Amino acid sequence: MTKYILKRLFYLVLTLLIIASITFFMMKGLPGTPYTNQNKMSPTQLAALNQKYGFNKPLFEQYLMYMNNLVHGDLGTSFQFNNEPVTQLIGDHIGPSMQLGLQAMILGSLLGIVFGSIAAIKKNTWIDSLTTIVSILGLSIPSFVLAVLLQYYLGYKLHWFPVALWHGFSSSILPTLALAAFPLASIARYMRTEMVDVLNSDYIELAKAKGDASWQVIVKHALRNSLIPIITVVGPMAVTIMTGSMVVESIFSIPGIGDQFVQSILTNDYPTIMGLTLFYSFLMVVVILIVDILYGIIDPRIRLGKGGKA
Amino acid sequence: MSQYLPPEETEFQYVSNDLSNIPQEVSGASRTYFQDVKRRFVHNKVAMVSFFLLILIVLIAFVGPFFVPTDPNTQNVLFANLPPKLGNLNIPGLNGMQTVGGKTINAYQAAHVPHGTYYLFGTDYLGRDLFARILYGTRLSIIVAIVATLLDLLIGVPYGIISGLASERVDTFLQRVIEIISSVPDLIVVILLLIVLKPGLTSIIIAIAFTGWITMARLIRAQVFKLKQNEYVLASETLGESKWKISIRHLLPNLSSTIIIQTMFSIPTAIFFEAFLSFIGIGIPAPSASLGTLMNDGQKAFHFLPYQMWIPAIILSLIMITTNLLGDGMRDAFDPQSD
Amino acid sequence: MSDKVLEVKDLEVDFSTLNGTVHAIRDVSFDLNKGETLALVGESGSGKSVTVRSVIQLYAKNAKVTNGEITFHGKNLLELSPKEMDKIRGKDISMIFQDPMTSLDPTMTIGKQVAEPLLVHHDTSEKEAMKRAQEVLKLVGIPNAKERMHNYPHQFSGGQRQRIVIAMAIIDNPEILIADEPTTALDVTVQAQIISLLKDLQKKIGTSIIFITHDLGVVAGIADRVAVMYAGKIIEYGTTDEIYYDPKHPYTWGLLDSMPTLGLEGKRLKAIPGTPANLIDPPKGDAFAPRSEYAMKIDERLQPPFFKVTDTHYAATWLLDPKAPKVTPPASIQERYNQYQKLRGENDG
Repeated sequence: MTKYILKRLFYLVLTLLIIASITFFMMKGLPGTPYTNQNKMSPTQLAALNQKYGFNKPLFEQYLMYMNNLVHGDLGTSFQFNNEPVTQLIGDHIGPSMQLGLQAMILGSLLGIVFGSIAAIKKNTWIDSLTTIVSILGLSIPSFVLAVLLQYYLGYKLHWFPVALWHGFSSSILPTLALAAFPLASIARYMRTEMVDVLNSDYIELAKAKGDASWQVIVKHALRNSLIPIITVVGPMAVTIMTGSMVVESIFSIPGIGDQFVQSILTNDYPTIMGLTLFYSFLMVVVILIVDILYGIIDPRIRLGKGGKA
Repeated sequence: MSQYLPPEETEFQYVSNDLSNIPQEVSGASRTYFQDVKRRFVHNKVAMVSFFLLILIVLIAFVGPFFVPTDPNTQNVLFANLPPKLGNLNIPGLNGMQTVGGKTINAYQAAHVPHGTYYLFGTDYLGRDLFARILYGTRLSIIVAIVATLLDLLIGVPYGIISGLASERVDTFLQRVIEIISSVPDLIVVILLLIVLKPGLTSIIIAIAFTGWITMARLIRAQVFKLKQNEYVLASETLGESKWKISIRHLLPNLSSTIIIQTMFSIPTAIFFEAFLSFIGIGIPAPSASLGTLMNDGQKAFHFLPYQMWIPAIILSLIMITTNLLGDGMRDAFDPQSD
Repeated sequence: MSDKVLEVKDLEVDFSTLNGTVHAIRDVSFDLNKGETLALVGESGSGKSVTVRSVIQLYAKNAKVTNGEITFHGKNLLELSPKEMDKIRGKDISMIFQDPMTSLDPTMTIGKQVAEPLLVHHDTSEKEAMKRAQEVLKLVGIPNAKERMHNYPHQFSGGQRQRIVIAMAIIDNPEILIADEPTTALDVTVQAQIISLLKDLQKKIGTSIIFITHDLGVVAGIADRVAVMYAGKIIEYGTTDEIYYDPKHPYTWGLLDSMPTLGLEGKRLKAIPGTPANLIDPPKGDAFAPRSEYAMKIDERLQPPFFKVTDTHYAATWLLDPKAPKVTPPASIQERYNQYQKLRGENDG
């Protein structure tokens, strides 16, 4: 297990370095440096930046400097936002994004699991059809459309929740709902399929033959077995929420990193784009690694690693 | 029913069944695999309704522009932000009335729109006919999605087959490439590409296709691995058929269901990506419109003129819903046990 | 004979499918005596599995019992509420399934799974139940039961897993054990071990067994009586010897001829021609007639009743009607009969 994790970590770092290199050369091919974008800089500031990032050096040397800075945790300096370092920018804005992301993830997975299970247990009834309809809507309606609708009806018209900006939990409700819809729908669908499969399996029939009441069968055997594969969807789900939050944060004017990312795209703030791209990729590979390890821990067939069919 | 008649003496004679010709296999109307798929698909009401609805949307988007004389990009600031109106019919929501500051006024009269001129979906902030813009916008969104999906196919299928059939080293290399690309969230890859490429329709299509083919390639590779174990493939291999001949003769037909199903699911993804990009303002450049740009425009005035966003949002969602349902239907038709 | 523990009478079960209603069980009756093993034998689709699943009421949602009575301790099981039925399952009547590779919960230790019936049906403490589970595991022949209780199913071989399933089934000393093709998925050597284990356990705890199989060869080793099913009906039943050595129904002949038998080597195995009857639209007369070379005119029109052969042996075929022409069974079947007579002669002498 340790060997496996170490190997995965090695690939993780390698992948991130490759991504960093690719984004670096991509961005360097573009017009625009701190010189063209920012006239407000003093000559001393410029000199300091040149010293650190080597904007006046040949491309390859710049690359080496960039990578060197990167390894030391320096993602560069934003063109805008008063030349704030990108790391600080992330630090300043991660709070709301994290809160939204986690809330959406928890809400989405819990409700998704509940709806999916109920649909599977009540297969081919109206509850099942209703869940199917809701999950198709959740999968099909883009989060930004949902965000705008929620903002208008629940915020602007009904005044139930703040329309925009960030004032703690109450401000997080509408964007959380908008972000949770897609994961909710996809987990509900996935859960239903898994649960239907599990409920048809021989060991569930055997559990019934042992005299387990229906609820015991579900709680003791069906739920755990259908939840294990669901863990694999958590990674992609986190990614969907991350990218979804970019536009949802802009719609609700929430000062999170998603909103910063959109801002930096619209203002061609390349260092910020690069830095945030790396940051998002980092989050993504880490989440996927954690999910893989978790899967190994939870599924006894993988955990013990021998004789299993997995 | 017929009444019970006790058995008679004469009935106790052998009938001498001819057992040499009776079928050993379970008989039944023999249908080919694809006939079965088609039958299951046609019997799936939800899929059929989605299918026809989608065809209708596509037809309107592609044929409609020939019948609508209005140019989608002609501005007429005097007629800006007019609400929807259909002839002189007094249908609420389609009568050109608008509530401004608590008072309901006839927006068309207020703007001195000539009698007989009306906008079915209203006009936008530059006075452009929204009906025409939505027709063209829908068409553009569909074109982006279809072309990007075709590119997915063109790259993903051969990539998957090669990865599945080639030596382990080549396969490992190809899989590493996929791993790296997919280590960055799809949308961010697309955004990076869009920043680098010249803004425009082609760039968007390329950017969307750049991430889209990966899922296809993965699925195809996995399927090829499965098929490789099949005896008929092993048999033709031992008979000395070349790998590529095998892949065309035996693999492609068996991959068709994977390809068709995945293609069906690529379309809504592509539509969504395009809308997302245009919505955040880096998609289709002005003055062209796609459903995403229309929603972006509409969102700015959504609090006052909800119709400007509602209509493109509904059409986008409809396309997404029908394509998703169609994809589900296809999957169920090809793979009936995965109900 | 001795007292009956289970009585199935006029059972009829339908399945609604897309293609129409399948009449899976058509008027099946049988008794199970205390301590005996009854084998239900037939091709797949003959209804043997559905019959026993009706006894513990574990069948697909599209199945429906349309007629019949299943009497257990004076109660008609078909009239019990789901809750009352839960109390019987796993306690008084338990079941073993065909595929041991899939019939254990992959995410639960086997100790817990074996102990489950006790915890469900009694106020046993977890500790007590686990102790009992360990005993039963030892009883069914799991080595190092104490340690292995904490292992997961995938760490056991197929034969061991079937032993675990059996442990689970007998932990609460059930009166009836239903074994649905318990050896089909196993290797031949393991099959024999499981059969002898079942026989052993039966002696120890005195349970009655309903043993389902499509393989008449397996039956000889375990069953006291055999009922042969075809197209949702029992077509012949009798003691194991009667069915083996003096079968009367052409379908039983076919089954016996299609199975390799010790002492009758050198004979070609014969498949029964044709395919099982269509149970959506079951034949009016004898369902086996279209596949039988002994079919008579009457078979097309009327279903044969049971004709008595001996007090314990009955067969539903018109061939036994006094009006029927004298039948000569296939040579192989006659040979069985002769061999049996010889064996009996030797034993008597």
